[in-house]
Amino acid sequence: MQLVLSEDQELIAKTAADFAAEHSPVSRFRELRDAGDPIGYSPKLWKEMADLGWVGIPFPEEYGGADLGLSELAVVLEALGRSLAPEPFLSTVLLGGQALLLGGSDAQKKDWLPGIAAGEKIVTVAYQEATSRFDLHAVETRAEAADGGYRLSGEKIQVLDAPSADAFLVSARISGEARDAAGIGLFLVPKDAAGITVVPQTRVDHRAAGLLRLDGVVVPADAVVGEPGEAGALLERVVDRATAGLCAEMLGGMCQAFDLTLTHLKEREQFGSLIGSFQALKHRAVDVFTELELARSTVMAAVRALDADAPDASSLVSVAKARCSDAYVLATNEGVQMFGGVGMTDEYDIGFYMKRARAAELTFGDAAFHRDRFARLAGY
Amino acid sequence: MADLSKYRSEIGSWLEANCPSDLLGLSMTAIEGPWGGKKWVPDYDSQRAWLERCADKGLTAPTWPTEYGGGGLDKAEAKVLSQEMRRLRVPPPLIGFGLTMIGPTLLQFGTEEQKREHLPRITRGEIRWCQGYSEPGAGSDLAALQTRAVDDGDAFVISGTKVWTSYADKADWIFALVRTDPDAKKQEGITFILIDMDDPGVSVSPILLISGSSPFCETHFEDVRVPKSNVIAQINGGWTVAKALLGHERSMIAETFGTGAGQRRQTMADRAKGYVGADAEGRLADPALRERLAQLELDTRAFSLTVQRSTDAAKAGHNPGPESSIFKMYGTELNQRRQELLVSMLGPNALGWEGPGFEEAELSVTRDWLRSRGNTIEGGTSEVQRNIVAKRVLGLPD
Ligand SMILES: Cc1cc2nc3c(=O)[nH]c(=O)nc-3n(C[C@H](O)[C@H](O)[C@H](O)COP(=O)(O)OP(=O)(O)OC[C@H]3O[C@@H](n4cnc5c(N)ncnc54)[C@H](O)[C@@H]3O)c2cc1C
Repeated sequence: MQLVLSEDQELIAKTAADFAAEHSPVSRFRELRDAGDPIGYSPKLWKEMADLGWVGIPFPEEYGGADLGLSELAVVLEALGRSLAPEPFLSTVLLGGQALLLGGSDAQKKDWLPGIAAGEKIVTVAYQEATSRFDLHAVETRAEAADGGYRLSGEKIQVLDAPSADAFLVSARISGEARDAAGIGLFLVPKDAAGITVVPQTRVDHRAAGLLRLDGVVVPADAVVGEPGEAGALLERVVDRATAGLCAEMLGGMCQAFDLTLTHLKEREQFGSLIGSFQALKHRAVDVFTELELARSTVMAAVRALDADAPDASSLVSVAKARCSDAYVLATNEGVQMFGGVGMTDEYDIGFYMKRARAAELTFGDAAFHRDRFARLAGY
Repeated sequence: MADLSKYRSEIGSWLEANCPSDLLGLSMTAIEGPWGGKKWVPDYDSQRAWLERCADKGLTAPTWPTEYGGGGLDKAEAKVLSQEMRRLRVPPPLIGFGLTMIGPTLLQFGTEEQKREHLPRITRGEIRWCQGYSEPGAGSDLAALQTRAVDDGDAFVISGTKVWTSYADKADWIFALVRTDPDAKKQEGITFILIDMDDPGVSVSPILLISGSSPFCETHFEDVRVPKSNVIAQINGGWTVAKALLGHERSMIAETFGTGAGQRRQTMADRAKGYVGADAEGRLADPALRERLAQLELDTRAFSLTVQRSTDAAKAGHNPGPESSIFKMYGTELNQRRQELLVSMLGPNALGWEGPGFEEAELSVTRDWLRSRGNTIEGGTSEVQRNIVAKRVLGLPD
């Protein structure tokens, strides 16, 4: 494993950075937020990103993808994370797309992956419930056998990009107790299935999400993704990949938040001096910088380990998510503090980053969760 | 790549064939290792033979040019060598400031004659070096140093006191910073010079540390005559050399302490289980200790990956990135956390100083913990490191 960008990856990174600067400054995210549109992103820009080949990066060529890895996707996500681009990479490429790719039947893949890669279909995973916290196996939504298929009932929360989804992959319990790893199925449910209700939710980071209510939704047997009852393991694999991708986005966000802070330290004067000359702030800035450098190494290692199917990939994903969660929160907390009063205003961007840091931290497990998982994987 | 695997198998069989069997598996940390030098008394007789065989093959300084006693390896080969040494549990033949500090500095700044004089003797472990930088009045503000060097024809006459000179009592030569121009701006009147500790007028007195050992000394110079041919780079141009050497020193300190290399083979987790027990699923029974251990090990992993990223970037031909500037600071702070955690893990068993009732391994936890407090002071304090990063890397104003 080489922790250095290849020439191709550098090129993708540069293209993505230029694209973000031109088409997706933070002001665009602010406009989307102000508009209050539940979709929360720009379908037009999403299509452009697909045309550039980014949406299809981790999918095989036969489905219209570029057959590249998470290492390539990560550099795009980092660039877009810098400007808080809210396009649905996480929900559709990393969650829905990876679940179909890793667990889907040939027919399911053929039906959905080309549309995803082309930027025309949104498929998200509905895995989270009111009491599940970070446990992917805490599933109370029921899947009962019915007419050769299944009848789904329950409620999922904060389903990413639910308002724009064309289909949901819903985890539901076929058998067993509420927290068992075994007995969970993953079901492909089109948005217009009878018995489905989507209620848009407004989150602190203003990323699109929604409640998904399933009121006796009947699906055929071939709606199951992977083996019935074995989605627990599939979800773990999918969420590992999604977590690594999220970490790449977080890395971009924390670096931008820190750059904003550094600029402020070099411009704001008090007591007749630039505030960046005060040692109390200098040393804290160095500590943030240190966290960012460590975070970068862990993200690079995690995506490379996943691409190589390395035996320690899950452990490295936990290393990355623990470090990125702490680092993004630190960088933005320190950012707001060092901006002073203006840091508290809606007008300044630093607050957006602080909110996104929290939302990302609490997605797929926070730092404490991943330290626990890291220890478990290491046998203590 | 094909060449590398050839090198791997060659060097692997050489190590197996040549390393004395009583040395296999001995973990030697930088502190109790084979330092060489005229006063060296090895712990094992076979260490001398091992040193000689490695020196003949250039393996004590794998990446130095062969004409100075090095192995002439590139970075990738050197990495393979250290991987093979770790795999075969072969101990290092030689360690010390000659290899990690003055050697690389001479390669960069020395004249051909100076390199030929000193480097081969370093690689053969004949000369042990110490570092004469700090003085009673010049620590973090190193450039305030006062040790005087008065021009006397083809020599300088040196007088003054250095302090905290690690292992001065065991060293043969010292590289020192002296003031050659008292009237110039403080950084511009300093010269970097090599001094034979056997010269008349050099004396050392050991200083006892809180850990109970006395690895460092006060070093006195009383009218010591040192030929000008021992000056490295220009007279009054020593500050640049001094800073370059500090760079080598800091990466050495970070590597030694930060990545947990040189740790015992038994993992921290296994040691912890021995003291606090585990539950039915194998989890450490003390959840607070478990969380601290996970945090430490996870941070250690992140740090090792960052060191790797820096090496990989260098191998790929990139200039050193900003990540390398944090190694000394983070690596030493990490080591202190590791030592503190070991003390917590041992509980009352960590309170031994000497004598009965404590295992050898427990006594060394206590001493290592005390010693580790110096990690964030030696080689430039953590505060000074933060000042440097703030200025050079982040560009924050004075
Ligand atoms: C184990 C050990 C081995 C050593 N070995 C050697 C050796 O072999 N050769 C050698 O020459 N030296 C050696 N040293 C000395 C070491 O380099 C100095 O101790 C170090 O540079 C600090 O100097 P000082 O002790 O005078 O502390 P001071 O400089 O007096 O510092 C005291 C405190 O003030 C802080 N401080 C000082 N200036 C600033 C500033 N500008 N901003 C913020 N805080 C500041 C420091 O960080 C520190 O916390 C060794 C030290 C130790 C502990």
